[in-house]
Amino acid sequence: MNKPLIELENVFKKFGQKQILDGVNLSIYRGEVTTIIGKSGVGKSVLLKHIIGLLKPDSGRILFKGQPLSEMKKSARQVFKSKISYLFQGSALFDSLSVVDNIALPLREKQSLPAAEIKKRIRNIMQQLDLSDIDDKYPSQLSGGMQKRVALARALVTDPEIVLFDEPTTGLDPIRKNAVHSMIADYQKRFGFTGVVVSHEIPDIFYFSQRVAMLEEGRVIIEGTPKEIQQATDPEVQQFIRGLESHRDDLTDMHTQLQGEKRFLEEMARLQRHQVVFSIILFSIKNMEEINEAIGHAEVQTVLKNFSVQTLNNLRITDICFRYGLDKILAVLPNTDIDQARMVFDKLTKELKAEDIIGVRPYPEFCFSVDAGFAEAQQDSQIEHIVAIAESAQNELFEFKVC
Amino acid sequence: MRFADAKTTLAFLGRLAISPIQEMGRIAIFFSYGFFHIFSPPLQISKIIEQVYFIGTKSVFVICLTGAFTGMVLGLQGYYTLVQFGSEGLLGAAVALSLIREMGPVLTAIMVVGRAGSAMAAEIGIMRISEQIDALETMDIDPVRFLFSPRMAAAFISFPLLTAIFDVVGIFGGYLTGSILLGINPGIYFAKVQSSVLMKDISGGFIKSLVFSAVVTTICCFQGYFTHTRAEGFGAKGVSHATTSAVVASCVLTLIVDYILTSFLL
Repeated sequence: MNKPLIELENVFKKFGQKQILDGVNLSIYRGEVTTIIGKSGVGKSVLLKHIIGLLKPDSGRILFKGQPLSEMKKSARQVFKSKISYLFQGSALFDSLSVVDNIALPLREKQSLPAAEIKKRIRNIMQQLDLSDIDDKYPSQLSGGMQKRVALARALVTDPEIVLFDEPTTGLDPIRKNAVHSMIADYQKRFGFTGVVVSHEIPDIFYFSQRVAMLEEGRVIIEGTPKEIQQATDPEVQQFIRGLESHRDDLTDMHTQLQGEKRFLEEMARLQRHQVVFSIILFSIKNMEEINEAIGHAEVQTVLKNFSVQTLNNLRITDICFRYGLDKILAVLPNTDIDQARMVFDKLTKELKAEDIIGVRPYPEFCFSVDAGFAEAQQDSQIEHIVAIAESAQNELFEFKVC
Repeated sequence: MRFADAKTTLAFLGRLAISPIQEMGRIAIFFSYGFFHIFSPPLQISKIIEQVYFIGTKSVFVICLTGAFTGMVLGLQGYYTLVQFGSEGLLGAAVALSLIREMGPVLTAIMVVGRAGSAMAAEIGIMRISEQIDALETMDIDPVRFLFSPRMAAAFISFPLLTAIFDVVGIFGGYLTGSILLGINPGIYFAKVQSSVLMKDISGGFIKSLVFSAVVTTICCFQGYFTHTRAEGFGAKGVSHATTSAVVASCVLTLIVDYILTSFLL
C-alpha cells in the first residue's frame, strides 16, 4: 500500500470541558476521496480544521508526507498551504466583495499571475460551475446554492492538490446536491486532487468516495472502502447508515443502491430455491464527463433525472430500478430471461423520447448517450459478477443516443 | 473547606491582576505585528488608498463641522474670560494654542473613533464570526496583514491631515465669533495666532495625532479581530460588545495617552 499523504496520529482536542477529539487516527491517501461520516457534533468539522491548521491539536500529530505540520518551517508550511483548499460549511464568502473579486482573491493575493490570466481562469471556473451573469453581484444577493458554488469556485480556482469539503451539499436541492457530488467525482478524476469530505449524504457518498471513515465519540471507529463500511457488522455503524439512508434516491426517485441490492438478493434466493430466472439491465451514461463539461453539472443531473423518470415509467411494475453509482442505473427484472429482458428493453427504447429527456432547451454540441447491457443471473453469482457480465456485453449490444 | 475558599479567592485576585496585563501584551504584539507588515512586500497600496478614502476623505465633513463649532465655542468662552482682564486681544493666541496643542488631535481622534473606528471593529468582527478570517487563513493570506496593516497605514496618513483641517477650521471658527460677532479686530486676532504658535506646538500636535492613530486603529481592529474570544456573548451580540468596547476603550485610552504625551511634550 502506498504511503498516506496526510496522517493524523492520536489527535486530541478539548474545548472547555468537552473532549471533542479523543485520539483520532486517520490516513488520507493521495488521489483518493476520503469521506468522514458521523453524527452531528462529533467533531467532523473540527477534524477538518485540524488538517488545514485552523485549529491546533492539544496533543498528537498531523503529518503531511510524513512530516509533522507543527515542526514544519515557515516556507514548507507555505508550500503545504498553497496546495490545499477548504470549502466552508457556511461558504464564508467575503460579503463586501463581488463574486468575481471573491473568486479572484486567492489568485491576486498569493500568485503573481498577469491580470489577463486571472481573468481567464475565473471565466473558466465560473463557466464550469454554471455561474454566469453574476459577476458583479454580492454574496448576500445570491441564493444559498449559488453561494456554495461560488465558494467551490474560490476553492478550486487555485488548482489545489488537496481539497477539504465541509458539508458541501447542506441546503441544496437534490439536483444541485447531485451536481456537487458529480463535480467532486469528476474534478477528482480530471485534476486528480485528494479530497476529504465531511458529509451526511448517505448513500451518495458511497458512489464517489474511495475511502470512508466514521467518527464517533471523538474517535475513528471504522475506516475502509465504501463496500467495507456498508457491510460492516458493527451495530453502531449499521444503525448510523440505516438511520440516514432513505429508501428512495432523492434525485431519480429510484431505490437506493442498498435497497436495490437487497432486492437483488431476494431474487437470487428465489432463483436458488425455485429456479425462477431473473435478468438485469445495466444502463451506463457513456459520456458523463464530456456532457458535464459541455452543459454543466446541474443540467446533467436534470437530464439524468428525466431519463430515470422515463425509464421507471416505461418498465414493468415488478421491475426494480436503482442507482448503481454516479452514472449507472441497474434494473432487476424478476421472472425474466435474457430474451424477455431484450423485449422489455426494445419497448423502452421505443417509448423514450429525446425531448422528454433533454428537455426543451437545445444544446447544440450535446449528445446524451447511454449504453445498455443485459445479463441473466446465474445461481450463486454475486451482483458484481453479473454487473460485470452486463458491462462487458454493453459495447456490442446497444447504444441509446439522443442529441 | 475554608482553605479551598481562600484558594479560589486568591486565584480570582490573581486572574484579575494577570488578565489585563496579558491583554495589554496581546494588544502590543498585535500592534507590532500589524505595524511591521505595513512595510512587508508587496506593499498593499490600493488597499491603503481605499482606507485613506474611508478613514480620511469621508471624515472631512464631520471634522470641519466639529472643528468649526469647537473654534466658535472657544472664541466665545475665551472672549468672556479675557474681557474681564481687558486682554481680549489675546483671543487668537488662546484659540489657536488650545486647538493645535490639545483640542485638534484629541477631538479628531474621538470623532474618527465614532465614525471609522466603530466601523472597523464591526466589520472585522463580522468577518470573524462568519468565518471569513478563517477563510483568509486557509488561503494562506495573513489576516492581520490583510485587514489591520492597511487600516493602520491609512490612519497614519489621515489622522495628521484631519487634525490639520480641524485646527485651521477651528481657528476660523474662533475668528467668526471673536471678530465678526464680538468685534475684535481681525488683524489683531490673526497676528496673535501667528505670533503665539511655535513650530514646537505644531509638531507636538502632529506627534499626538500619529500616536492616537496607532492607538485607535489597534484597539478597534483588535476588538473586532478577537470578537470570538470574548466571554460575554457570541455572534451578533459578540460583535456589538466588541464595537462598544472598541469605542469606549479607544476614547478613554486617547485621553490617557494625551495626558501622558502632554506631560512629556511640555
